[in-house]
Amino acid sequence: MKMTVLALLAAAEAIALRQAAEASPIQHVLVQMPLLVLAGVLISWDMRGRRVWAVPLLLTALTAFLFWMLPRSVDWALTPAGETAKYLSLPLLLGVPLRLSWPWLAPVLRGFLKANALSMLGVLGFLYTHAPLRICNSYLVSAQQDLGFAFLQLAVVLACIWAVPVLFGHPRWLPSGSAGCSKCGA
Amino acid sequence: MAARFLPSVLAAVAGGGILWLATDGARAFTSEAARRLDVLQSPRKVPEVLLEDMASRQVPLLPQAGEVVLVEFIYTVCGDICQTAAADFAGIRDHLQAQGVQARLLSVSFDPERDTPEQMSIYGDAHEADGIMWTIARPSQKDLPGLLKLFDVTVIPDEWGGFQHNAAIHVINGDGRFSAVYDTDAVQAVVAYLGEAQP
Repeated sequence: MKMTVLALLAAAEAIALRQAAEASPIQHVLVQMPLLVLAGVLISWDMRGRRVWAVPLLLTALTAFLFWMLPRSVDWALTPAGETAKYLSLPLLLGVPLRLSWPWLAPVLRGFLKANALSMLGVLGFLYTHAPLRICNSYLVSAQQDLGFAFLQLAVVLACIWAVPVLFGHPRWLPSGSAGCSKCGA
Repeated sequence: MAARFLPSVLAAVAGGGILWLATDGARAFTSEAARRLDVLQSPRKVPEVLLEDMASRQVPLLPQAGEVVLVEFIYTVCGDICQTAAADFAGIRDHLQAQGVQARLLSVSFDPERDTPEQMSIYGDAHEADGIMWTIARPSQKDLPGLLKLFDVTVIPDEWGGFQHNAAIHVINGDGRFSAVYDTDAVQAVVAYLGEAQP
């Protein structure tokens, strides 16, 4: 119940950012879109996925993720049809499948996904800060460069957060360890 | 055994298919690339629109008998890319003239409110647009949104009271269809394309 309320709050906040998303790609790609994914994760927080579905669900989530990473999808997301698709697909095809499959993923696979996310953010950061042309028609060159730096900053922050359990062991106060499926009945 | 892998294989195939379609077969990752590909594959019919040129005359956007029209969207007080783009546009004009290709070049303002005929002739004079083969013109406020939509030109205000837009050279072929998009500095490519179309 609490998680459902939080999910609705995240979705409402994302929709409230409509205008901001049009003005700034950072608000769009790094605030609004993650909030929509978060809404999907939260709404399915207490659900249990079945083990056999873990890989297909992960592939679904990866497809949605890669689709919304395309610059042309970001432009499309500012049109009425694209906006609707964004509001529906980010929670339902990325947040929910990710939440349902994550507990079943082996630590090596999780580490692989995290490492790929970091390197991808680095590549995107480099691309967006150095591209000689506008990658999204809907945003200014300066905003595109800001987005590039934001990608790099996010990569650094995530690297630090993800490195702590690897280097120093999992902190006791954090729930659901990354070491397996103790919580979800494996 | 197969049943165990089937859902994963299906998800992978569907995912790959969706991404393949969403990028036009890994050919277009940006909306600019997508529009260029789309007009090549299915040229778009250009409506009959009259523009007001720098001498306040009405000029047609559509090609007249036997000619091809090149369109560049601009605003006259543009500081950086439009200036070099205009120089390249002049270069194209010179090449086409030398080869005797029947073509008309139009720099169309997407800021018709500020770009009066006087303002447009300042821009035209600065870049040696003769007003015949190459002229600067503005659409009516009423026609502007339709034109931007047809050519898929996105104009957004920048921090200094100007605009940023996906600048390019748009080709309207002899059949009155918007059929190709080139970079503003692709002088040789445009000249070669028109030379082929009109031997």
